Amino acid sequence: MSTIVTLPDQSTATLPRVSYLNKEYGLKSWLLTGDHKRIAMLYLISITFFFFIGGAMAGLIRMELLTPVSDLLAADTYNKVFSAHGIIMVFFFLVPSVPATVGNFCIPIMVGAKDLAFPKINLLSWYLYIAAGILMICCLAFGGVDTGWTFTTPLSTHYLNTHVITAGLAVFIAGFSSIFTGLNFIVTIHRMRAPGMTWFRLPLFVWSHYAASILMVLGTPVLAITLVLIVLERLIGIGVFDPAKGGDPLLFQHLFWFYSHPAVYIMILPGMGVISEVISTFSRKRVFGYTAVAFSSVAIAVFGFFVWAHHMFIMGISNYSALVFSLLTMLVAVPSAIKVFNWSATLYKGSITFETPMLYAFGFLGLFTIGGLTGVFLGTLGMDIHLTETYFIVAHFHFVMVGGMLMAYLAGVHFWWPKMTGRMYPEGVSKLAAVITFVGFILTFFPQFILGYLGMPRRYAAYPPEFQVLNVFSSAGASVLGVGYLLPLLYLTWSLKYGKIAGPNPWQATGLEWQIQSPPLTENFAETPIVTHEAYDYEWLESTKGSEVPTVG
Amino acid sequence: MDIQHELHSHPSEPTHHEEHIVSPKVYLVIGAALLVLTATTTGVSYIDLGSFNAVVALAIACTKMTLVVLFFMHVKYSSKLTMMTVASGFFTFIVLIMMTMTDYISRAWGRW
Amino acid sequence: MDSQTLAAQTAETPHGHEGEHPPFLRHHFESVPQQREAATFGMWLFLLTEIMFFGGLFCAYLIYRNWYYPAFVAGSHTLHIWAGTTNTTVLIISSFTMAMGVHAAETRMRKSLVTWCILTIILGCAFLGIKAYEWHDEWVEQHVPGLNFSPESFLHGSEAYPDDKLPLDMAEKTQVYYSLYFAMTGMHALHMIIGVSLLTLLVIRAYGGAYTTGHVNPVENFGLYWHFVDIVWIFLFPLLYLISRHQ
Repeated sequence: MSTIVTLPDQSTATLPRVSYLNKEYGLKSWLLTGDHKRIAMLYLISITFFFFIGGAMAGLIRMELLTPVSDLLAADTYNKVFSAHGIIMVFFFLVPSVPATVGNFCIPIMVGAKDLAFPKINLLSWYLYIAAGILMICCLAFGGVDTGWTFTTPLSTHYLNTHVITAGLAVFIAGFSSIFTGLNFIVTIHRMRAPGMTWFRLPLFVWSHYAASILMVLGTPVLAITLVLIVLERLIGIGVFDPAKGGDPLLFQHLFWFYSHPAVYIMILPGMGVISEVISTFSRKRVFGYTAVAFSSVAIAVFGFFVWAHHMFIMGISNYSALVFSLLTMLVAVPSAIKVFNWSATLYKGSITFETPMLYAFGFLGLFTIGGLTGVFLGTLGMDIHLTETYFIVAHFHFVMVGGMLMAYLAGVHFWWPKMTGRMYPEGVSKLAAVITFVGFILTFFPQFILGYLGMPRRYAAYPPEFQVLNVFSSAGASVLGVGYLLPLLYLTWSLKYGKIAGPNPWQATGLEWQIQSPPLTENFAETPIVTHEAYDYEWLESTKGSEVPTVG
Repeated sequence: MDIQHELHSHPSEPTHHEEHIVSPKVYLVIGAALLVLTATTTGVSYIDLGSFNAVVALAIACTKMTLVVLFFMHVKYSSKLTMMTVASGFFTFIVLIMMTMTDYISRAWGRW
Repeated sequence: MDSQTLAAQTAETPHGHEGEHPPFLRHHFESVPQQREAATFGMWLFLLTEIMFFGGLFCAYLIYRNWYYPAFVAGSHTLHIWAGTTNTTVLIISSFTMAMGVHAAETRMRKSLVTWCILTIILGCAFLGIKAYEWHDEWVEQHVPGLNFSPESFLHGSEAYPDDKLPLDMAEKTQVYYSLYFAMTGMHALHMIIGVSLLTLLVIRAYGGAYTTGHVNPVENFGLYWHFVDIVWIFLFPLLYLISRHQ
């Protein structure tokens, strides 16, 4: 199979003598760093850690659901397990996944800057994430919370004696971590672009992060105040959501979902940015309809604020309101669809090769489309009455978040791994892992669509015996999926020491980050770049082949 | 030197934003206006205007806010980006209020 | 003329203009104006988050005021209008003094800057003092939701507002009013405390001359924060204190 990978001659190649990794040594130089690349690495390690905890919770869920009775876990424990799974996966993995790792690493370089606008705030963002994570682990150690990741009232405020406050505070702090990251990105993208780097020369990765950052800054504070109100209600008895005192529990859901719907776009937009980069590079073709893709990112961000009550159709909102939100939900699907069409058009007549990031990107295209389509089914008011709170919803969001976002995250990690570490990972194993992940994913989550429309409710430890066969398929798929996610952890770690030297541009990609050494210098550029070419300009790339990329050492 | 200037000034902002120093007189006038408006809003609340009380109170509050934003916070002398940022904040707030109200307003409408 | 080498030249040598590399210019910024614009933009974005943060509370207020209007009226009448008006006045004057402080920094007048900032701190503390007195009053009158709330006083109406006599179920809804009162003024007071603390730190540094040599930005951006907190109060005052005082 052909490949575009071009590595330097391994017998003479070495890592650059000076890079951001070896500029300074010692724990303090990492823990007090302002360098966006080091902070990205810190995030990478922390996020991976929480991913595996969340994954372990998923493992427990699937093991329990092998049998129709609640035999492995008691019902209350099961509730705590899926709550932990949801909270950790949403707030501690998916929301920061691409922005805090690849975004932090690449955005300054992609715009041609030396660092993000506020390096100290960037570091603070990581410490807030860690503090929130520690608090969450404490919550789990103390016995966990069983409200589900949605903290629905009045269950969370009045009917539970589990650690709602701890979990709520952990998410509150994690929210600020997210806000500061988004704030940093917006200012950097607006104000620190290199000379010649106009808005429409930016990589689409930057556009997606810009849109996601707007959502982070405008949406997350509403979650923050909602969690504060929950904590106050549990702590002092301020009855804003308490029906006995005259409050409306549904108000909580309005405020919660006002953030949590844009949150799903916060989660997916950076992944879409990755896919734009990967598809372009491995088709050797500029992204079709650059402007459409760029504006659709912003459109997703804007429209995303108007649809939140589609999570509340059966909760007691008025039917008229439900109708309005359902119609608007149809609208929000359009920009995402535009992106999928544009990516497909990019592939058409491109010179496609199937390196690992591209495998993940193909997986994303198919699985995200299915997930997104089922989202439209769910947005249809009549269908949702039947399908909501069943496994159809579970399957829908896992298709978009795991089949979509997690695959995009892995695509991004694999795509920029050579840039971040200077090393290539072993191609054979990585392709195998991608395929295993894809197969495992379908086996795990496709049966759940069927379970959903057959009527199996979500968040139940026990279910009617006729659903067992599909559940067993799902759990079997989960074990395959687990292998697929474990493999990258192993071979990527292995590659740090034994991987081939990557050189500055192993993928022959355009973009400023590929014109500097791998790993980059602390200050990214030896001299401020002046941008004269458009994004995804492969002809310009050909013309630069003559000149050497400056490396230090 | 043209090229030097081009390198310094940002592609996003064709002109450097001038740092306009607002005179203390402006602050004094605006401050006085705010105090007058405070007295007004307090006074008007003692007059029965029916449901217009709330409208007037909010209108006065919005006026005060506008004065603070434009003059104390210098938005009148700031770049378009600043104005758009402020506008987007209000826009999102309005979306929160309006869209939530579509539920609460229509709950009592008819049986369907 | 190779633009690449020109970039190299200008990046390496200190830019020809004087004072272009002051000590407060961070290395990742190319120039002081860029740093200043970026920092101010960042502060505005932070204020956006604050708008949405308080926005949730205003949303809750809007809904419950519509649902329990008589209770809100009665609750509002128990607040001291003199306290609210004084606090509003105090905050507006403190916004003025803060703006004057920013002006002093811009015109490089160190002693003026320190004076205006200290005045702002004093006014901020005055606000907090009056607020504390009000809260204590609510505690004494048993209006604190969850902790010692009793609808007793609303079953009889007060001398000033005899029409505030409410039936039991509506009297109990005043607890929602007070929940929002404490949540909103409490959140606002928290922001005031943070503001006063930060301003104290700023004053100490300003005394040492940190902000009167061209590095105006921190004072400017703090000013933005302070004005924002003032704006929140500008809305809280009519919404909490002035719900139909004529009844």
